[in-house]
Amino acid sequence: MKSNGTGALAGRIARAICLLALLLPVLAFASDRVPKPVISIDKPGRCVEDTETMRLEHPDMLKHQRDQTMREGIRTRQRSLKECVGCHASTKTGSVLGEKGFCQSCHDYASVRLDCFGCHASKPKLATGAKP
Amino acid sequence: MSADANDGISRRGFLAISAATLGGVVLAPGIRLIEIAGARAPEQAASDKVRWGLLIDTNKCASGCEDCVKACALENGVKSTGHARTDPQWIRKVELKDLRSGRTHSVPVMCQHCEHPPCVDVCPTGASFKRADGVVLVDRHICIGCRYCMMACPYKARAIVFQDVTDQNPDVPRGKGCVEGCTLCVHRIDHDRQPACVEACTKAGHNAMIFGDLNDPQSEIAQRVAKYATTQIRADLKLNPGVRYQGL
Repeated sequence: MKSNGTGALAGRIARAICLLALLLPVLAFASDRVPKPVISIDKPGRCVEDTETMRLEHPDMLKHQRDQTMREGIRTRQRSLKECVGCHASTKTGSVLGEKGFCQSCHDYASVRLDCFGCHASKPKLATGAKP
Repeated sequence: MSADANDGISRRGFLAISAATLGGVVLAPGIRLIEIAGARAPEQAASDKVRWGLLIDTNKCASGCEDCVKACALENGVKSTGHARTDPQWIRKVELKDLRSGRTHSVPVMCQHCEHPPCVDVCPTGASFKRADGVVLVDRHICIGCRYCMMACPYKARAIVFQDVTDQNPDVPRGKGCVEGCTLCVHRIDHDRQPACVEACTKAGHNAMIFGDLNDPQSEIAQRVAKYATTQIRADLKLNPGVRYQGL
């Protein structure tokens, strides 16, 4: 008898936990607990591809371009990281990094580590007469 | 093939004419600020018909002068970290003295951009590589920082970055944990500009360094190499470096 009662209680708790686990993401989104990425684009005009393509394929584009530039010296500007930074750097901080930076805010949200800027400049070059 | 060659010639000719009309670009017959032969479009890959090289005239290189070293550091964002022993070094001045005659030399030494680079032979990941036009580079994307290349290089031309790097030149990405060395200012030469050290040396009036295409018989460097006795450091290793020294 006693063991039956305990079993029922345990079952109820387990069900409650399962339900909570299923509801958690919904609750989180409903209450805006997860901060949405800040996608502010200061410079007008369109990107090299449409938004959906860019969201999905920008890592591949950058990787392809990087190998071409590094290994073969092909320095077309359209898909280079330098151009990305040049266009997407915030006008306030001058960078694509930072809490509201174009790159970092999205990568934080998606929980994808952003390795590029360990070596690459996160700010565009200041106009000091040097050619791009 | 032939169409390409014709295109190249007509483009070269056109550039030569425009350069001549602009004036100032041709300093003297055979001496040009811009190596016209190296001109290529951004979408064109580096060609193995070109062999970039440096010629350093040790008679003109003054002892104690560090103009090239400073220009290199400024261009490539190589700053002192406060730890002199481990600071990365792309180019250094070496003072030599012949003990018998007492004759002294002061020469800049950087990556010698070998035709058969030992750093490339030993690299376990393929990060150390030679570009088609003879520039020896490190692909930081796949460098694991093992430093085999530093040990293999007979010129001590490479260094590893021990500290985080900030405020890089957008053209020269560099960061902690990777090996680096002179790139012949590859980001500049791809845009038909001179390496920063050569530009600084010329600007200061020393004219001890010449950069150009060793394969182009019309270039000043090839003509000088053909006319004067020049040496490669440790030529006995038969690595055929692209950097040559005159008067050593």
